[in-house]
Amino acid sequence: MTDSVLHVSRDQLTETVAGLRDEGYVSVLDVTAVDYLEHPGRTDLPDKVAPERFELVVTLISHTAPGRTRLRVQVPDDDPTVPTLFDLYPGTEALEREVADMFGIVFEGHPDPSRILMPPDWEGHPLRKDFSVGQIPVQFKATR
Amino acid sequence: MNSIATDEAVRRRDDSAVLRIAEDDGERLEAEAGTSDTSMVMNMGPQHPSTHGVLRLMLEMEGETVMRSKPVIGYLHTGMEKTAETLTYLQGPTNVTRMDYASPLFSELAFSMATEALLGLEVPPRATWIRMLMCELNRISSHLLFQATNGMDIGAVSMMIYGWREREEALRLLETITGLRMNHNFIRPGGVAADLPDGWRDEVLTLIDALPARLNEFDTLLTGQPIYRERLQGVGVINTAECLALGVTGPILRSTGYAWDLRRDMPYLAYDQVDFDVVVGTYGDCFDRYAIRLNEIRESIRILAQILHQMPSGDYRVQDKKVTPPPRARIDESMEALIHHFKIFTEGFKVPAGEVYAAVESPRGELGCYMVSDGSAVPYRMHIRGPSFVNLQTLPHMMQGGMVADAVAIISSVDPIMGEVDR
Repeated sequence: MTDSVLHVSRDQLTETVAGLRDEGYVSVLDVTAVDYLEHPGRTDLPDKVAPERFELVVTLISHTAPGRTRLRVQVPDDDPTVPTLFDLYPGTEALEREVADMFGIVFEGHPDPSRILMPPDWEGHPLRKDFSVGQIPVQFKATR
Repeated sequence: MNSIATDEAVRRRDDSAVLRIAEDDGERLEAEAGTSDTSMVMNMGPQHPSTHGVLRLMLEMEGETVMRSKPVIGYLHTGMEKTAETLTYLQGPTNVTRMDYASPLFSELAFSMATEALLGLEVPPRATWIRMLMCELNRISSHLLFQATNGMDIGAVSMMIYGWREREEALRLLETITGLRMNHNFIRPGGVAADLPDGWRDEVLTLIDALPARLNEFDTLLTGQPIYRERLQGVGVINTAECLALGVTGPILRSTGYAWDLRRDMPYLAYDQVDFDVVVGTYGDCFDRYAIRLNEIRESIRILAQILHQMPSGDYRVQDKKVTPPPRARIDESMEALIHHFKIFTEGFKVPAGEVYAAVESPRGELGCYMVSDGSAVPYRMHIRGPSFVNLQTLPHMMQGGMVADAVAIISSVDPIMGEVDR
């Protein structure tokens, strides 16, 4: 069973998700992101979609006609903001906080934009591709 | 179900139940929370016997009643999704198995299913059935762990001993098959790590023969016991609309009377070939969640009995030399086998570019793996949608208006595994 994939722009995101909700998509299962900084040969985007550095991936599920739909939203590096889905599905709250924490994507209108996994005073966003693995001085208040 | 009225109700409760103040924002905390003389903001955890690991809660209290609250997580965060970007597809299961350490085989399964979807690989029937066997054994051990810790949290301390004892028997069986009690790294892209050992049938039979009587003992000890019921019934109530809005899956969603189980509704592996019931509750309270998990053990036993009958013969992994390491004996006699062996364990195998989402029904709900490949031998991005992470969002809603003593029962009934929450 393959999931259907929709490419939507940032402006259409809220509208599309609201439309899907009326169609019977009862839950947002997952909100995550991908940093395509080091993936130059991306070929899986349709022609009309211009690739950007970040891609927000929203997975919704319908129970009446069991199936998932995945929304892929291109988010540019110089303006990493997207509208929050919190008003439509409150369950995206923690998931969006995680994406904001790990990728530095700002969710406009999010009720609690604090960090969720990293310490509140952490600098940087670990899942970005330019955030190196290992050899990072531990950033805790007590060690400063 | 999605009518405006219920949406409004969900929103109203949402606004009043969640304490949305950053943990280091002392000023706002003082200004906004706990304004009356009798109210205060209390900290619970991150080290508390009932928090199942390192979960911290900020509780706004009015006397002994919980008003708003906020789960604070991240204490176990070790960047496993970042680590996954440096491990080959063959090493990946070793990493994801450490996320949900109480039901590790499900993370391995989701990871392997995602990889196989990208590869366009069909696993042999025997591998599929072995995977089902392992998952149901693991579901039993995970739910037994819940019975043990739930009993302990409520004050039925002897339950901890019994739950632990039965779980140990299930783990012993898993150890016989995989070599390890936990973190098995047994389900791998292409199949499973090894065939079932001789005598596995007898061992599974011994377990599923012994368990029902033990579960009946649980019923005697807990289900019918007035004090236990008093502690759980009507505590931590949540309804279907709230669960769906919050993205909640698994026993918590089913406790509201909503029958949704991926094994039945979006079958994967060979779940469409076995017969089992989806257990649902009625009231969406802590007792329903307890009863659902207890009865899901019984359903898993039913499934195991059918797996014993239907287990096909054949390969336990695909015979694709690019994905599966050759048998040890072949390496001594075949140059190609040696090359394949060397290549797979040094470079790994390349996976075609693409992105995919694969999901399984773990004991805690929908466990999904979102994977992006750039055509190399390591995932470009690997994300695990942990059910515990999403389910934790129900805590403020369930705890609001309840006593602080009930908070303990509610955390326990969500059955969060912090390794999976923080990853």
